[in-house]
Amino acid sequence: MPDPLPSSEHRYGRRGFLLLVAGGASSLLWAGPISSFLSPLTSAGSQLVGNLFPVGGWRIYTISGSMPIFDPASWRLEVGGLVKRPRTLTYDQLTALPRAEQTSTFHCVTGWTVKNVHWTGVRFQQLFDLVQPLPSATAVRFVSMERPYDDSLTLEQLRLPDAMLALELDHQPLSRPHGAPARVILPEMYGYKGVKWLTKMEFVAKQPRGFWEQHGYDQNAWVGRSNGYGS
Amino acid sequence: MATAPDVRRLPRFSRTERALHWVHASAFFVLLGSGLCLYLPSLAQLVGRRPLLKDIHVYTALAWLVALALVILAGDRRRLLADAREIEIFDDDDLGWLRRRGNPQGRFNAGQKINVIVTAALAFLFTLTGFFLWYGERNHAFRLQNALVVHDWLMYISFFLVLGHLYLSLVHRSTRHSLSGITRGWVREDWALKHHAKWAAQASPDD
Repeated sequence: MPDPLPSSEHRYGRRGFLLLVAGGASSLLWAGPISSFLSPLTSAGSQLVGNLFPVGGWRIYTISGSMPIFDPASWRLEVGGLVKRPRTLTYDQLTALPRAEQTSTFHCVTGWTVKNVHWTGVRFQQLFDLVQPLPSATAVRFVSMERPYDDSLTLEQLRLPDAMLALELDHQPLSRPHGAPARVILPEMYGYKGVKWLTKMEFVAKQPRGFWEQHGYDQNAWVGRSNGYGS
Repeated sequence: MATAPDVRRLPRFSRTERALHWVHASAFFVLLGSGLCLYLPSLAQLVGRRPLLKDIHVYTALAWLVALALVILAGDRRRLLADAREIEIFDDDDLGWLRRRGNPQGRFNAGQKINVIVTAALAFLFTLTGFFLWYGERNHAFRLQNALVVHDWLMYISFFLVLGHLYLSLVHRSTRHSLSGITRGWVREDWALKHHAKWAAQASPDD
């Protein structure tokens, strides 16, 4: 037992430290809901202050500082390159293709994760059937309306069962922050491989290095096995 | 900073205390810089080289913990324990000072005591959440969804705490002489009598 103190002195230091640690450690349990609750307040400012704040569990990143605007009347998805039948699809033509759904976990390379995300969209095989890639094609380069954002995936990766050209998130058409009208989803890889605000798919013979790969990120962004994570 | 020959110096912080402060401060700025480059897309784009930055962040955190332990093990532990005891006790003068009544203060004023307590709690919580972020990638059972959110919140809190600390120690005219205590180890007696009167009245000059 510590010696009793004069009435003018109080043992506040350790108590304060323990209270702060307990509050901080317990926030591992309640920080998510609070963060989501605050997201309407922080989302508006997030574009202004460098995307610092989470928005409903998501963090919205842009490379140019502003998000492209999707106009259903003028938007086109150009699918070409090393294919037999190049196509340019309108939004209505794209949404008329057979739909697939999945619930998967989204991992960002910066460390955050959103679980149980419901996506609706088109499997890439549908698009392959449409344009018929030439035997020399090995990968697809995806180009965003947000220049100069592009990235690529191999045909083998695009044939994974949960690779998708997503058109809806949680049963709603993709919002502008989430890449309206179409974005690439491959849950096994970190999100930077999933080009948002997609406008062009180019079949190529050799997989090119995309925007983030040119900045030192791994070409194959497997979750837990790339970009300094795991071995 | 030159001092007049008749100005007496009071020894304020020992080598051990200064080493602890500077280990903590230098690690903080490396961790803040590397962390922001990993976290903010604009900086990530500018700097690139993510695996290298990640290694810098993780190994700096490890080096920081090892260096803190070494300073405590090899340094003047009796002095550090005396500091801890001093910071543990808030007397009526401390509470009055916090209410801006100008009560005389000891070697640490009440604001500095609170700063040490909050900084120690932040260090513990940064280590805890950082561990979950690091280990959660290796073993997904430890991947806590909120670890990153809390790690970020801690960063915001520390950032503004450090801004205030820098303002008082570098800019604010009345308090900035305190920098001498944590760099050279001593402060002027006249300054100490004004800001830490209870301590200055008892302290022996450093001849």
